[in-house]
Amino acid sequence: MKKLIIAGKEFSSRLFTGTGKFSSSALMEEALVVSGSELVTVALRRIDLQQKETDILAHLTHPRINLLPNTSGVRNAKEALYAAELAREALGTHWIKLEIHPDPKYLMPDPIETLKAAEELVKLGFIVLPYIHADPVLCKRLEDVGVAAVMPLGSPIGSNKGLRTIDFLEIIIEQSKVPVVIDAGIGSPSHAAAAMELGADAVLVNTAIASSADPVKMAFAFKTAVEAGRLAYEAKLAPKTNMANPSSPLTAFLND
Amino acid sequence: MNKPGDFNDLFQTLSWSEIKESILSKGAVDVELALQKERCSLEDFKALISPAAIPFLEKMAAKSMATTQKRFGKTIQMYAPLYLSNECQNICNYCAFSLDNPIARKTLTDQEILNEATILKQWGYDHVLLVTGESYKVAVPYLKNAIRLLRPFFSYISIEVQPLEEAEYRELISEGLSAVLVYQETYHEDQYKTHHPKGKKSNFVWRLQTPDRLGAAHIHKIGLGVLIGLEDWRTDSFFCALHLDYLEKKYWETKYSISFPRLRPIETGANEKKSFASFMTDRELVQLICAYRLFKPEAELSLSTREQESFRNHVIKLGITSMSAGSKTNPGGYSQPSESLEQFEISDERSPSEIADMIKAGGYEVVWKDWDKALHLPQPVI
Repeated sequence: MKKLIIAGKEFSSRLFTGTGKFSSSALMEEALVVSGSELVTVALRRIDLQQKETDILAHLTHPRINLLPNTSGVRNAKEALYAAELAREALGTHWIKLEIHPDPKYLMPDPIETLKAAEELVKLGFIVLPYIHADPVLCKRLEDVGVAAVMPLGSPIGSNKGLRTIDFLEIIIEQSKVPVVIDAGIGSPSHAAAAMELGADAVLVNTAIASSADPVKMAFAFKTAVEAGRLAYEAKLAPKTNMANPSSPLTAFLND
Repeated sequence: MNKPGDFNDLFQTLSWSEIKESILSKGAVDVELALQKERCSLEDFKALISPAAIPFLEKMAAKSMATTQKRFGKTIQMYAPLYLSNECQNICNYCAFSLDNPIARKTLTDQEILNEATILKQWGYDHVLLVTGESYKVAVPYLKNAIRLLRPFFSYISIEVQPLEEAEYRELISEGLSAVLVYQETYHEDQYKTHHPKGKKSNFVWRLQTPDRLGAAHIHKIGLGVLIGLEDWRTDSFFCALHLDYLEKKYWETKYSISFPRLRPIETGANEKKSFASFMTDRELVQLICAYRLFKPEAELSLSTREQESFRNHVIKLGITSMSAGSKTNPGGYSQPSESLEQFEISDERSPSEIADMIKAGGYEVVWKDWDKALHLPQPVI
């Protein structure tokens, strides 16, 4: 399996994971280790730097895990910039998952504020991975301002509905010069495999693992599905067809 | 002043008795239809809180549990109330802080506020709810000072105080206020006047318009609720759900929480206690919690220490996402036990760590911190 490179950093695993919704931090840690994930996103709002030993961070120390702090909770570009600076200071990483969703109900990303914030954050030296709608033009605009990857959604976050935006994801994957990470709505390993077969560079999964009855087993299921999907993409799928392909009735008369 | 087109305009077009009638007329078919939907309408909510839904309670509970876990995971957030003052110029005939109730009055000094904060921090709290009565002593300057004192200790500060003007809310938000709880108590206008005969609180419409002013001030979270026991809980809860639905569409950047305060016995001085007939059974409270969850999968549903141990132990899985523990409802109660009288008697007297152990034993994670002061920059005061 080809390694994934984002902003010069190599990843062997193409499964990115989240840290929310687990019933305990110990279970989260076990699931993340089994998932093989090397990039794990954590909400700044959940981190308590005053209580480091009991905090979620104490369970994210596996050497393979790189932290990707996210700005979840901010409502505009200005707040995102401030949160990103704080995350950089607190966690010592200049990688940031930019999430701006002013709507607390469906957590829909704000394209206008996200573009504004991305541009500023890149100037400030951040490696920016923005969470966005599956909007091909927005992806190109973000690429222009220098983001390291784009993270379009497959369906509403937490919905587990799969790749409902598939037509737009295909365009994004076709056009993108930066890695495409499909970020929200992936509800089952088959969705993840489908995303990888489509040519996505990685997927980010949280709810589907954390909210399953056995998160550790589900983490392993996703690991293998992502690998299978990626290998299938690299091996190039045979074309689909509905019927056998016998002779060519329309052009058989051509005999030169 | 409220801007034109607030909730009162919608409210005035509705009839309490017609709504009560339409809730009671819902049948099993309406409940079954509501249970099949991914998102419930207000009419579905009526069916789910109707007597016809009682036989479907187990199904409702299962769906509510699954919906909650999908949205929130297996987590319960913790908050603590911090009573700053029991001085009050209102007469509310169900509340121990009522002006006509001859109890010792107390408003915390800066040092006393800090003493309380120290204990809550030791217990692990990071979300705090400041509570006062309504008096000139606890007007905006007092609240502003309290928020300034507490901001270094807590990442999420809420208040449950008298309704304020939009500009006053903006001022407090700029100091670090994140959420405001303002329960209508009852949406029955005549009953409201009976229960609140005197003081600023007797102005029903001013209170009804408060969430609009909060939304306009761009508050992060608004808490709604009715005081269960004042009027028919079904009709009151429908109005509350309608209020929530209205606010969510209009102030779409704000989060919402719902609380379920059931009236508890209060002390009326000289070892006398006033009890209220309970108008809602435990079964009905579970029904209401599940109905809200199915109606608004994203709403925070909060349960206080008014409820009893065994009820709280079981209900955490059925839709509740936020809880308090070890609460004292008298000002100074954490650092100087029983020096001033309580607002109401709590039922679940377990400590925060005992509650946390109970939650963990149920397979849930206890979330103390789910916000960061850094996430909301102070808004400029206009």
